[in-house]
Amino acid sequence: MSKKRLFVKGNEAIALGALAAGCKCYFGYPITPQNDIPEFMSRELPKKGGAFVQAESEVAAANMLLGAVSAGIRAMTSSSSPGISLKQEAISYMAGSELPGVIVNMNRGGPGLGDIGPSQGDYFQATKGGGHGDYRLLVLGPGTVQEAYDLTIKAFDLAFKYKNPVMILGDAILGQMKEPITPWEPEVPEKEAKEWCLEGAKGRPPRVIKSLYLEDGALAKHNLKLAQKYAEMKKEILFEEFLTQDASLIVVAYGSIGRIVKSTIRTLRKQGHKVGLFRPITLYPFPSEALQVLAKEGKKFLTIEHNLGQMVEDVQLAVCPYAQTDFHGHLPGNLPTPNDFEEPIIKALEK
Amino acid sequence: MSKYQDVIIAGFGGQGVMLIGNLLAYAGMEAGLNVTYIPVYGPEMRGGTANCTVVISEEEIGSPIIFNPKSLIIMNRPSLDKFQPRLEDKGTLILNSSLVDVDLVDKKRIKAFAVPANEIADSLGNTRMANMVALGAYIEATQIIPLKVVQEALPQVISSHYQHLIPANSQALEAGANYVQEKGSL
Repeated sequence: MSKKRLFVKGNEAIALGALAAGCKCYFGYPITPQNDIPEFMSRELPKKGGAFVQAESEVAAANMLLGAVSAGIRAMTSSSSPGISLKQEAISYMAGSELPGVIVNMNRGGPGLGDIGPSQGDYFQATKGGGHGDYRLLVLGPGTVQEAYDLTIKAFDLAFKYKNPVMILGDAILGQMKEPITPWEPEVPEKEAKEWCLEGAKGRPPRVIKSLYLEDGALAKHNLKLAQKYAEMKKEILFEEFLTQDASLIVVAYGSIGRIVKSTIRTLRKQGHKVGLFRPITLYPFPSEALQVLAKEGKKFLTIEHNLGQMVEDVQLAVCPYAQTDFHGHLPGNLPTPNDFEEPIIKALEK
Repeated sequence: MSKYQDVIIAGFGGQGVMLIGNLLAYAGMEAGLNVTYIPVYGPEMRGGTANCTVVISEEEIGSPIIFNPKSLIIMNRPSLDKFQPRLEDKGTLILNSSLVDVDLVDKKRIKAFAVPANEIADSLGNTRMANMVALGAYIEATQIIPLKVVQEALPQVISSHYQHLIPANSQALEAGANYVQEKGSL
């Protein structure tokens, strides 16, 4: 055994991961079910010489994040669905300005104010834009509390590597559940933003960070550069395969639902059903090629989500023309259990 | 078969079901096992039932949420009504018989331990430790982890303000375990 394990909530693991990754500024505005993150940061970040700001609104918090990362500082904001909607303008500006902000969304039910329970209703918003304009976020979908820690550290690294905002997409289940984690300290590069950040122009020409490109052809050139970056992000694709090799049916599910489905699959395996799980961990870039490999092997697919069907579109794009994916959507308002997925999986298997 | 146990712990808000859920899961971790703990809050929080689910396993844990648990710790009547039908056949039930009529237990289907948790806690000087009595009973009934590990975990889950109550809580855990050892199941 190396380091002592800690017993923490998913929300706390994200905050701990951010501290380990050298996050120096947190900006936020309270909303359930992610309040443990600002609570933790308000207590612990100042001890590490960082700054915690409870902003006057989500809009302000996101723009403070934009400002902090412009200075090359590792910084984050967190919220839940309705609050994340309010942050979209600044997220689009960060994408356009190539700024490495880290944004956490602990997804709750929607649309509108919805409820305070878990949901995966923000998949589209996270992976397809959310704000205006032609841009992408790197989107990480942790399924365990350890992953929440690990992927938060990764989020900061990726944000600076690609100079692009990164979103961690969890939900109320992951945020509220407790699990042991083994903390680890990554190496934080000291001068990672030296080449581009705003730190005072004494002794060098001034720099401009902006998302406005009015000159003829300038925006096209800029957007092509962004596109190239998004293509390079494919190197970062992560996913988990569980008992897929001999499976006739692959269930595709991410985050909390992915781990709950894993229990269903264990139960069904004991009954002799050949089912496996494919759990995307990066939601953008999406692990399309790995899914296509499975589709070519002639497997059937069922996508399970805690919404009415969003990721299923990415799965369908990935597996066509070799396969079709069925879909099962769990509705908000009640906590999904492994039992809920037995019947849909058997149905898809027997189809 | 590798070691595995899951439990729903339910009672009134204020009976300390979240605290013993936390304690059990923390102790499970200290015993070197994988654990998950998930609380269920909601509009039912005040006055109604509060519950949490703990999973303890040698294997990697999938779902932290369980529909048909292998065991239950039931502190009040509404919780028995809600969760007893969901308990697995031959599952283990720890029932707070101080507050719930033992005749309501489906004795044929499940293995039930009736523990007068409030009375035992009272006799130790504080009714509010009924939750610890119930957890002690649970540990003895399931043998999922040693009682000693649970007792040693107390300082980690009881807030610093209440650290002086640790010896009494430790005693309450033991009293629950002893009761089950003496009386056995229904």
